[in-house]
Amino acid sequence: MTKKNATILGFLTPLMIAMLLLTVSPSVKASDQPAGANAEVKIDNFSFGPETIKVSVGTTVTWTNRDDIPHTVVSTDGVFKSKVRDTDEQFSFTFTKAGTYSYFCSVHPKMTGKVVVQ
Amino acid sequence: MQEKKQDLIDQKLQDLNNDGVDRRGFLKCMAWAGTGLVWTLAGGIPTSRAFAKGHGKDAGKSSDFSFVQISDSHIGFNKPANPDVTATLQTAINKINALPQRPDFIIHTGDLSQLSKPSEFDTLDQALKGASAKQIYFVPGEHDMLSDNGEQYLQRYGKDTKGTGWYSFDHKGVHFVGLVNVANLKAGGMGSLGHEQLEWLEDDLKGRSASTPIVLFAHIPLWTIYPDWGWGTDDSEQALSYVKRFGSVTVLNGHIHQIMQKVEGKVSFHTAMSTAFPQPAPGTAASAGPMKVPADQLQRVLGITDVNYLVSGRSLAVVDSPLGDARSSDSGSGRGLTVADSIIG
Repeated sequence: MTKKNATILGFLTPLMIAMLLLTVSPSVKASDQPAGANAEVKIDNFSFGPETIKVSVGTTVTWTNRDDIPHTVVSTDGVFKSKVRDTDEQFSFTFTKAGTYSYFCSVHPKMTGKVVVQ
Repeated sequence: MQEKKQDLIDQKLQDLNNDGVDRRGFLKCMAWAGTGLVWTLAGGIPTSRAFAKGHGKDAGKSSDFSFVQISDSHIGFNKPANPDVTATLQTAINKINALPQRPDFIIHTGDLSQLSKPSEFDTLDQALKGASAKQIYFVPGEHDMLSDNGEQYLQRYGKDTKGTGWYSFDHKGVHFVGLVNVANLKAGGMGSLGHEQLEWLEDDLKGRSASTPIVLFAHIPLWTIYPDWGWGTDDSEQALSYVKRFGSVTVLNGHIHQIMQKVEGKVSFHTAMSTAFPQPAPGTAASAGPMKVPADQLQRVLGITDVNYLVSGRSLAVVDSPLGDARSSDSGSGRGLTVADSIIG
């Protein structure tokens, strides 16, 4: 590295850090998951992953089916119910109340999962 | 002598049951896609064999009638495990039509469609119209009740049925019962018949002579094969308690896309192959999803395995023999004793 470049980098570094901080700050907020946050659950090999997901009130959870076989995402207490989801199809639900939501695939009921909303 | 034979059968069957989850055994007894079972009944004794090239001349020679079981057509499935499930269904139908004895009817044990789409049911209907047997009995698989709680299935295939599609009928002295164990499934559970259907079944069987041969058919196995994959029916024990007093009970299922069999007292259990794609033997893969094999391998293994059900004396005996074996012409008479070396080996 030439001396000139090093100088430029030395000058830019604080600026870059500041910019990084600025861009990072919204995602710092996102970890608190205010309204509008998103979370993902993947359906793979006849299982929900992660099996239990913890999110904040207001989070939208999106399930994506990665299997060659159709699945559903159905709340055991009737809170939400997806249509049948074929390969790569998604289902989303926004959790507006705290609680533990158990769900399963009504086609393959051995597949179960939980969304814990805090 | 007869007792000795029976002991041999029982012993072998015990081995067979223990061998039920052995991978090698499975691969040997799997007949993959485009296949179905031919059932013949001689003196109320059901015997089955897989479709196979070059045999079947003697099938049903001395039988009262025969029927064919096909399963898991999954019309609409188009993934690499089999991009053309309509073609393999057609292969199965061609094989039905080539049988020397025309079967009286066909039983389809569910998963007619992949996604319960009208177009998928249409394609299936169109293909089945070409079958030599015009009477076809259905039970739904979970894939046939995906979008509308099975409304469309019932309209098309279950007009004269009860509840979610169960029914019974008699044919030449044999009592057939079609059961539905894919509706209203509960989280964490397996297949389920439900209280209402169980009550109906008890009532349906009541008053029938214990000598009446009984054939129960349903999509998901009515015996627990592999709970981790949901391969069983939670309340099947109760259903089976109603058939205990009968002298000959045969249970036909699909769902797991491979041959598995078990004999328990007078009850003989059997699962059929799919006409669409194979599924892995229990526990041999990360999940029960479609098993991908190279196309040439699929063709090569088509029909390589033959399944025979022999019934002798007091209990049903299940016999599996590979296609290559010299097939004795009396295998349909209940005398054959080519016990399941092909599976046990």
